[in-house]
Order: sequence, then structure tokens, then C-alpha cells
Amino acid sequence: MSRELLKGNVAIAEAALRAGMYAYFGYPITPQTELLEHLARRMPELGRVFLQAESEVAAINMVYGAACAGVRTMTSSSSPGISLMQEGLSYIAASDLPCVVVDVMRGGPGLGNILPSQADYFQVTRSAGHGDYHPIVLAPASVQEAVDLTVLAFDLADQYRHLVILAADGLIGQMMEPAELPPMRDLPAERPAYALTGAKGRPPRRIASFYLQAEAEEAYNLQIQARLARIRQNEQRSAEYFTDDAQFLVVGYGTVGRIALSAVRQLRAAGVPVGLFRPITLYPFPEARLRALAERVAGILVVEMNAGQMLEDVRLAVLERAPVHFYGRMGGAVPMPEEIVGALRQLLPTEVLS
Amino acid sequence: MTDLLLEATTSHMETVYCMPQALSAQPTHYCPGCTHGVAHRLLAEALDELNMRERAILVAPVGCAVFAYQYFEIDGCEAPHGRAPAMATGLKRVQPDRIVITYQGDGDLASIGAGEILHAAARGEPITVIFINNAIYGMTGGQMAPTSLSGQRTTSSPFGRVGEPLRMSELLAVLPQTAYIVRRSLHNPAHIRKAKKAILTALKAQEAGLGFSMVELLSSCPTNWGLSPAEALEWIEKHMLPVFPVGDYKVAEAVKEL
Ligand SMILES: Cc1ncc(C[n+]2csc(CCOP(=O)(O)OP(=O)(O)O)c2C)c(N)n1
Ligand code: SF4
Ligand SMILES: [Mg+2]
Repeated sequence: MSRELLKGNVAIAEAALRAGMYAYFGYPITPQTELLEHLARRMPELGRVFLQAESEVAAINMVYGAACAGVRTMTSSSSPGISLMQEGLSYIAASDLPCVVVDVMRGGPGLGNILPSQADYFQVTRSAGHGDYHPIVLAPASVQEAVDLTVLAFDLADQYRHLVILAADGLIGQMMEPAELPPMRDLPAERPAYALTGAKGRPPRRIASFYLQAEAEEAYNLQIQARLARIRQNEQRSAEYFTDDAQFLVVGYGTVGRIALSAVRQLRAAGVPVGLFRPITLYPFPEARLRALAERVAGILVVEMNAGQMLEDVRLAVLERAPVHFYGRMGGAVPMPEEIVGALRQLLPTEVLS
Repeated sequence: MTDLLLEATTSHMETVYCMPQALSAQPTHYCPGCTHGVAHRLLAEALDELNMRERAILVAPVGCAVFAYQYFEIDGCEAPHGRAPAMATGLKRVQPDRIVITYQGDGDLASIGAGEILHAAARGEPITVIFINNAIYGMTGGQMAPTSLSGQRTTSSPFGRVGEPLRMSELLAVLPQTAYIVRRSLHNPAHIRKAKKAILTALKAQEAGLGFSMVELLSSCPTNWGLSPAEALEWIEKHMLPVFPVGDYKVAEAVKEL
């Protein structure tokens, strides 16, 4: 396989179908529309299902139906569309069904704008629908990582029978970069044991998301919590740059992670011992590794394209081990490396700077 | 002697009434006199007669029929309020050879799910919709539905409904890709027999891939209408039938040939 110049949205779409996505349902919204458009051509070419739904509400419920039938299925949208999907996401999570949702985040709240943002951090990690659960959330920082995480998203979804959200921001969706696509996988020959395929020669299968008795609903909730505990145990992922001898740490994910790396490199060139910690899974938040790093640094700067959402997870992970500071831009504004350098210079203790 | 007698009697016995295979043995939770149960039985009989039990998938609604996915001896699931046609679309698109059925109340289908039903019908999605119109929100205790009659008193229209009911069969029948849209009633045996025939036709239309099919069934809710079961059936005849005439609103040419 060779590298080709690919737009993020197109790369995610192509990676998804190569990972075995059999059915896609979506509704146009910038900055993710190329994803839907790519699949509008490719899925029928492969004899698979593509359908433009009448709304995001319908799209996620079509995904719910396809997931009940036991195929790999996905939808994609951007922030306001993800808000509309919340009911369906909650039902899917409560039905123990795998599916993948791509959120190419844009500026908000409200209609907001079509520029890159990370303001959905709470929405995707905390409040992707009502009830006690979290989706698995993956945050790519490059087109190549978007491709790799798309494949991983389908595998994790099936492995845990759980909802996985790929949280990319508008920059990842819109930018073109060389990336290598995964090989085309064969579709599974058989449907999973829960799939609603018609009760031929077997007892009926039933999928629902409710128990009327408190005891039963609580027991079921405990099962979800046990699954989430396994996910937290096994799936924390992050990347580190210059952390070995870092005395101060920047924490940023997605596009911000990459911009922060430029800032860290500039400071390193000037002999300043800073490092970067880049969460790849936003849920489960890579708290174990961050906590270990926090023991050895004088302070932490969290940078996000929002008003400080991951900041809460960083604080919970770090507790009092190191002071945690924040720098953020909102509304589609993207921080420049120089801004991050400036913010760091103000925070760095003189002994670290000199 | 007795044995011989017994043998003689049994050999002449013929089963004229039994539980359809497509119904599960579970007792339902429906109120006495509620025709949800009649609708269940008709659908189950139709599935049996068409040999569809082992390829059918039911999408239950939010409403009094929320447990319908347990009451049938077929694969089933339960959709968010109003979203059954979207879920059914997902189920059907990935396995077009299966028979996918939604079962929805009037609040579910005509109010919160008005968008999903309209677009499923407009796309000609080859699913079958069993639409239970009881002119009220049964499950939540008798609030006004989009199908409530003008002047009808409900817990949320205590002074009588202002406005006119939505007539879904008439509305959807104008869409070119619908194959079969009819309204029937469950208030007496003659009408019930016609309802059964309509369900059979709708399922056959789906099997033949002819497009979207819907059977609207006028149904009773004695509990929330504040009537006895017998009075409730009379209420359908007297008050609902004039507003919701039974009839064939769309029968595509290909369906007539079935
Ligand atoms: C999103 C959402 N909104 C509201 C409800 C509450 N609710 C449950 S059933 C129902 C009305 C059902 O009425 P209908 O569809 O007519 O069915 P029936 O009970 O009359 O058979 C409502 C409003 C819900 N469960 N979910
Ligand atoms: S409340 Fe009405 S619709 Fe619901 S089960 Fe009772 S009679 Fe039937
Ligand atoms: Mg009703």
C-alpha cells in the first residue's frame, strides 16, 4: 500500500468501508459533507447500503436498525447534528449494539459556524444522550491517524458491543495530507448471535433498551458500568513527545495536539524542557499515564479549542500533583503555535525557562 | 368401550381456533376491552398464513404497545418514540429479503414520528406499518393525540380539542411510492375480518417488493376514553368512523394483481 494525498473526510469514509462498514446513513452538514458524498458513490459501487436520511434523528435510528441486523454501520455529522442524534445514541448504547459515529466538530453553540472547534468534548464524552454511559471517543490529530482510528473504531465497537465516536475537528476533516489507507477487509460471512435476522429454526431474538423494574434496570446498568470499567482498564491511549525529561507539560488532543507540538518544538529549540501529552482516547481518558507524568512536572497547560472541557478530565486525573492551567480559543478560532509559546512562557517557572 | 368412544370423537375433531404460532405465550398487559390485542392476533395470524414467521422482524413503538416485541414469537426490537420507520428502514435495507413490520400508535406515528413515517412512505420503503389509531395517548394516561377528534375531551384538552385531527392514511396516500394504504376498524367482527384481509395484502405487497404499505386500524381505548369496553366499540362506530372513514386510500396497480 502506498501513501496518497487525501482529504480527511474522504479518508475517514474510505477507511470505514474498507474496515467492513456495510451500511451508512447520514445527513449533509459542513464540515463533514465530503464524507457522505464519498460514500454516496462508493457504497453502491460495492453493493452496500448508502442512504441520505431526512434528518440526523432518522439517520441515527436507521443506524440503530442496521446495528440490530448485525452489520457494521456508521453515521457522520457535525456538532448540531450530533445534538439531534442524542436520543438514538442513548438507545443504541442501552441495547448493547456496536456502531460508529463520526463527529467533525464545528464552532458553537447554536448553529455556530463551520470552522474547526473542540466544543463537543462534553457532548461526546459525557452527554451523548441520556443515562449513565459513555461512548468510546477517539480523537485523531492527522489524516493518517483519522484513517487508523476509524478502523480501530469499528473493531472496538464490535469487541465491546459499544458505541464509538470518532471526534475529529473541522481541520482534520477538511485538510489534505498524505496517508495510507487500510486494505479492504472481507465482510464477515456470518451475522453475530444477537442479530435480528428472522427466527428461522431458533427462538426469537429481541433487542430493547428498557426494564420496568428498578432492580432489573439497575442490574442492567451495573453491566454497562462493568463494561465501561473494562474499557477504562484496557483502552486508554495517548501519545507523548519530549516527555522523558520534561519539567512542564502541555496537554492537547486532535488538531490542538499538533499545533502544541510545534510550540513545544520551538521551546525545545530554545533549550526549554517542555513536553506534550496528547490524549488519543478522550473516553477512556488516558488518566493513568497523565497522572504518572504529573508526578514529575512543575505544571501543566491544557490547550483546547473550547472554554476548557477536557480541562476537567485533566484536573480529575492530576488532582493536586501539579498545578493545571488553561489556554483556549473558541468559536472556530484556531490557536497559533506562537500563542501557545506565549502562554507557556508566562507560566514557566524562571528556573525552567533559564 | 369408553376408549373406543373417545377415539371416535377425537377422530372427528377439527381445530377451528388456536393460538397463532407467531404470537408468544406471554399474557399481554393491555386493558380489558382494548383492541391492541385484536390487532396483535390479526398480525400473528397473517404471518402464520403467509409463512412469514421465520423471516419477520417487528419494530415496536413507544406507547401502550411498547412490549409488542415480546408478544410475538418473531425477532423484534423497540424503537425510540416515533422512530420505528427509520429503524425499520435500517433493518430492511441491509436484509431486503426479510419482512419488516412497524407497529405504531397515533401519537407515535402521527405526532413525534410524523417526519419518519412521511419520509419512509415517500421513499417507498418496502416495510409494512400497522397503525393503531385510538385518537388518544393511551400509555401516558389519555392526553390529546394529533388524531383526537375536534371537541374531544382529553386530560390535556379538558375543554375539548380545538382543531381538526390529522388523517394519516389520506395524507400518505398521495405519495407516489406508496403501494398500499388502507384504513380499517376493529369495532366489530365484520370489520375485524376486513382488517385481517388488509394486513395480509400489505404483507404480500412487501414480500413482492412493491413499496410502502400501511394498514390503519381504528382501535379502542376504553380506559382513557372513560367508557366500558362495549361502549368504547360503539364510540368507534359513532364518533370515529365519520371522521376516519374506512376505505382503500391507495392500492397500486401491482397490488391489485397480487
Ligand atoms: C421522546 C419521548 N417523548 C415522550 C414520551 C412519553 N410517551 C410515552 S407513550 C406516549 C404516547 C403514546 O401514544 P400513542 O402513540 O398514541 O400510543 P397508545 O399508547 O395510544 O397506543 C408518550 C407521549 C416518550 N417515551 N419519549
Ligand atoms: S390505556 Fe388504552 S390503549 Fe393502552 S392498553 Fe389500556 S385501553 Fe389499550
Ligand atoms: Mg394512541
